[in-house]
Amino acid sequence: MPTSEQFRALFEPRGVVVAGASSHPGKFGFVSLHNLLAAGYAGKVFATNLNGEEILGVQTVPSILDLPEGEVDLAFVCTPAATNAQLLRDCAARGIRAAFLTSAGYGEAGEEGKRAETELVALAEELGILVAGPNGQGVVSTPVDLCAQIVAPNPPPGRIGVASQSGNFVSSFMNLGVQTGIGFSRGVSAGNAAMVNVADYLEFYGDDDATAVGLAYVEGLTDGRAFLERLRRVAERKPVVLLKGGATSGGQRAAASHTGSLATDDRVFDGACRQAGVTRAATVEEAFEAAATFATQPLPKGNRVVVLTTAGGWGVVTADALARTSLELVELPEDLLAQIDTKLPPRWSRNNPVDLAGGETRDTIPEVMEMVASHPDVDAVIYLGLGIQSNQAKLMRNGRFYPDHGLERIVEYHERQDRRFAEAAAEISDRTGKPILTATELATADPDNPGPAAVRASGRLCYPSSNRAVTALDHMWRYARYRARRDLA
Amino acid sequence: MPDSTTLSETESKRLLAAHGVPVADERLAPDADAAAQAAEEIGFPVVVKLNGDGIAHKTERGLVRLGLADAAAVRAASTELLAKATPEDGEVQLLVAPMVRGSRELIAGLAEDPQFGMTVMLGVGGVLAEAIGDVVLRLVPITATDAEDMIDELATQRLLGEFRGEPAVDREALVAVLLGLSAAAEADGRIVSADLNPLIVADGRPVAVDALVEVTA
Repeated sequence: MPTSEQFRALFEPRGVVVAGASSHPGKFGFVSLHNLLAAGYAGKVFATNLNGEEILGVQTVPSILDLPEGEVDLAFVCTPAATNAQLLRDCAARGIRAAFLTSAGYGEAGEEGKRAETELVALAEELGILVAGPNGQGVVSTPVDLCAQIVAPNPPPGRIGVASQSGNFVSSFMNLGVQTGIGFSRGVSAGNAAMVNVADYLEFYGDDDATAVGLAYVEGLTDGRAFLERLRRVAERKPVVLLKGGATSGGQRAAASHTGSLATDDRVFDGACRQAGVTRAATVEEAFEAAATFATQPLPKGNRVVVLTTAGGWGVVTADALARTSLELVELPEDLLAQIDTKLPPRWSRNNPVDLAGGETRDTIPEVMEMVASHPDVDAVIYLGLGIQSNQAKLMRNGRFYPDHGLERIVEYHERQDRRFAEAAAEISDRTGKPILTATELATADPDNPGPAAVRASGRLCYPSSNRAVTALDHMWRYARYRARRDLA
Repeated sequence: MPDSTTLSETESKRLLAAHGVPVADERLAPDADAAAQAAEEIGFPVVVKLNGDGIAHKTERGLVRLGLADAAAVRAASTELLAKATPEDGEVQLLVAPMVRGSRELIAGLAEDPQFGMTVMLGVGGVLAEAIGDVVLRLVPITATDAEDMIDELATQRLLGEFRGEPAVDREALVAVLLGLSAAAEADGRIVSADLNPLIVADGRPVAVDALVEVTA
């Protein structure tokens, strides 16, 4: 297990050296230097290259030993495996405490590679250097604008910490972060995880103040019980979301008992996650959205949900989705009904989902949302229908009658209203300490619609469908209940 | 997995009961007359089954006689069952137990996972559990809170509340079953698997009317 000082060298280095920098824009040694510089990394950037060329404005030096002492904490290594042992010794001599190895030719490359990897780890341990990878894609750390990776994107800053056995899943999660505006604190591709594995990174995230939720992708686990026991201790501190590839072996078991045949791999893994308080997601989007929800919404204190909608059908479908979860579509208490009656014409649903049925005036949505979220019998709100007005406004704005016939004024009014509603959802959620999830297909169908755009600007996720909001909220409630039942404050 | 062998129903129940799993009151009888005598003591109606170390799947082999209302019926059933015994069954006896009635059946058990080791299971549907597939698992050992979570995670929650005039399932008793299974697995390393199937909910209380424990040979 690496020390916290070594993790600091990896995630918050004072300076970074790209070892094996290249002037060829197709090579890892160029791409990583490019990404590091382009992301505006706060610390000093150095690079080594046998020819001592200038690359991207950085004067390279032939050897790590040519670097100043004590100014570099992290080496980003793009050199061939055969030269890495000497490289690590040079790093140690210059006080470098962490190295990210993109180099292939280790554990993934047969018996000889495995031996090389074992030797590499032994050497790194002897030298006191954390080796991340090898055969990984890189490391990202937004608090210091570090984007040391051979792939895109550079994610927005935020509070999700990612660790993955597959580098491409780091990219997948971060692409969703770019799309939704929900950002990351740290991200790392564990590569072969020769010295540092996914559980190690998650344990670091557990102690890391910049990280509010851990998100991980794993495939093969050599010791599932020990892995989940470690994640259980992290989940005691903050939520952990797990996506697992290769969930089922499908192998039929010779079992004398019914229990044996019912205890499939996937069910056992599912149960082990639940027992550890780990949120298991079935898909990439579900994993990202669960993590994004943990990172941006308060934990619910109960499972009583009110659906607030401007149209009936959406509410019905959302109620159906809720019925398949641990959440409860709460019966509206009398005093809340009476309160809402004062704001709406008699045709409103008088039921949960609260269907405003087009009866709203200028201030109805924020006012009813406030009443619902403030009620002690309500633990969470799902809000549907944001962006409808702006959607019509867009049609008007792009039509041939604009801006005459009063269109300019009404378009501005519609757009202002949707922004207001999105801001109200975030503000009321902050004030009441209850999750308010806004869902509309416009989040992806027309992300520039002022409604979803304002949700993003508020730092929250605009869910692309109500069932995805329900799934995310269900994950939150299960975690909250896990904590409450175990007296975890 | 190492070679394993199954215990008789009575041995299985005795082993699990020692760790706190509640089982129905029942008697072993060597012959039809003794079975009838045991049935008188328990009170009618009763169930009579053929019991033996080598007998794993009684229902499939027709070795269970349900709802026997008087001594004559018990005698007749006992004679038939003894005649069905095969040499592979080993030494056999008759197991006489009260007829437990309930319209809900659960299943609970233990199973060894190659990756995670011993697990505790709870499911809906008793002998139909495989078809229904509403099953939750945890790794041994479990806490009472884990057991509570398992009950809450069954998809068929309606079955756990009041049902067809029967009271809601006694959650504490169900927690005790799961904790007992976990304790048995923790304490006895020979256990490879265990089935409480069906676990009939009678007046809200889960009662294991059959048990099968598999141990390393």
